Amino acid sequence: MTRDKRMKIEDVVAELRSGMTIGIGGWGSRRKPMAIVRAILRSSLEDLTVVTYGGPDVGLLCAAGKVRKLVTGFVSLDSIPLDPWYRQARQKGALEVREYDEGMLQWGLYAASLRLPFLPTRAGLGSDVLALCPELRTVTSPYDDGEELVAVPAIELDAAICHLNRADAAGNAQFLGPDLYFDDLYLGAAKRRFISVERVVATSELLAEGSVHTLRIHRGMVDGVVEAPRGAHFTECPPDYGRDEELQARYAAAAADPAAWNAFYQEYVS
Amino acid sequence: MNPARHEICAVALAETFRGDGEILASPIGVLPGIAARLARATFAPDLMLSDGVASLVDAQGAVEGWLPYRTVFDVVWSGRRHVVMGASQIDRHGNQNIACVGDPRKPKAQLLGMRGAPGNTINHTTSYWVPSHSRRAFVPKVDVVTGVGYDRAAALGPRASRFHEIRRVVTDLAVLDFATPDHAMRLASVHPGVSLADVLEKTGFPLVFAEPVPVTRLPTDEELRLLRTVIDPQGRGAKEVPA
Repeated sequence: MTRDKRMKIEDVVAELRSGMTIGIGGWGSRRKPMAIVRAILRSSLEDLTVVTYGGPDVGLLCAAGKVRKLVTGFVSLDSIPLDPWYRQARQKGALEVREYDEGMLQWGLYAASLRLPFLPTRAGLGSDVLALCPELRTVTSPYDDGEELVAVPAIELDAAICHLNRADAAGNAQFLGPDLYFDDLYLGAAKRRFISVERVVATSELLAEGSVHTLRIHRGMVDGVVEAPRGAHFTECPPDYGRDEELQARYAAAAADPAAWNAFYQEYVS
Repeated sequence: MNPARHEICAVALAETFRGDGEILASPIGVLPGIAARLARATFAPDLMLSDGVASLVDAQGAVEGWLPYRTVFDVVWSGRRHVVMGASQIDRHGNQNIACVGDPRKPKAQLLGMRGAPGNTINHTTSYWVPSHSRRAFVPKVDVVTGVGYDRAAALGPRASRFHEIRRVVTDLAVLDFATPDHAMRLASVHPGVSLADVLEKTGFPLVFAEPVPVTRLPTDEELRLLRTVIDPQGRGAKEVPA
């Protein structure tokens, strides 16, 4: 028998500490672990370094003052191009940011997941990414070409949180939508690895809804499994559900209206 | 059939893909998307296009491949791609800014962030679509360099910059390129009905040009038929370029 790693959302939050570096799976307003994010919002956690292709997870954590530093390629709500809470936080200078090229972020997570100090790339050369992230270094190819490349440092995570469609109790997890995004890399880069899923199923049922190619997360990559139906809502989680555009629009509009924000927060977070 | 301004822009954007062959065309925005499909339907039949989610779709709308973001990045770094991006700011060397306005440490206006612009511009062909040609967009110096311009690329040396190409900048008024000895931005053509003085007035730095400035070509009858009846029957492109 494999180990039963099912836990409650509160158990996940209890494993986190203020000051940690936390990777959040998904992309923009797509398949974000919003149920776990909401539990973080309700907690006393603070001073977090968040690593993600950002969506409303980032905006909500900024609104709650939880983020000290953000490492990202962008923050967007997809159907609404810019997240107003993240914009406010940035425009107040309320957090430190590391704005990487999108591919650089992948490379940093991949380097950490392979236990390498860095991975080289051309992405970033000539742009202001290097000027604005002074800790970044370049590396010269040791071969005859002698090319200078960006050495994207490993982005090591204290914890990763991702939301998948299905998993068994041991943490073998499945994406049923069109894109895994980089969830496997967040889990690979992290010391403590937590997933929420729409539904926990028997291991023997994992191939009932998708081919073996959708089983991209295996139990060796996961420490805890939370069954959280609609756990990505209001972001999309196809094929289980699409984005709740109406609620997302309320979220965005409420950033300019404290009364509307309180109502939204009571309904969605509290 | 009298072409509207947005149709002239669509054809000018489609022209940026001419000769690209069997590569991934990544048009960001409504009119660039229309333009890429127009190019594929006419003179660039080998172009590959995404459905905007995670599939490659052919001209008939059939899924022909899987294109998750990881594969997109692989294609970017392989160089077999031509992106058309927007630009909140662009300078005379083609440096682009989509990240923020003001000091990036505490911006006046936070915008998109870096997105894929650094990696795109250093790895493969890039064009830009600026739907409202103005001094707000065409600035002497961008606040943040997201997409790499020709001066920055030259400073990296010939090896690091060998895949860098900013092919064209298309606006609601004109087509611009960098076909000058030092790759300074040049006015390649003005759209029919647009004056040279208007373009110069709305550009916040000196443009290279030679008179008489060419006029952007008109859509052919076949291109207009495709735009109006096949590719954009709802007229979505018109909304990006007010008449």
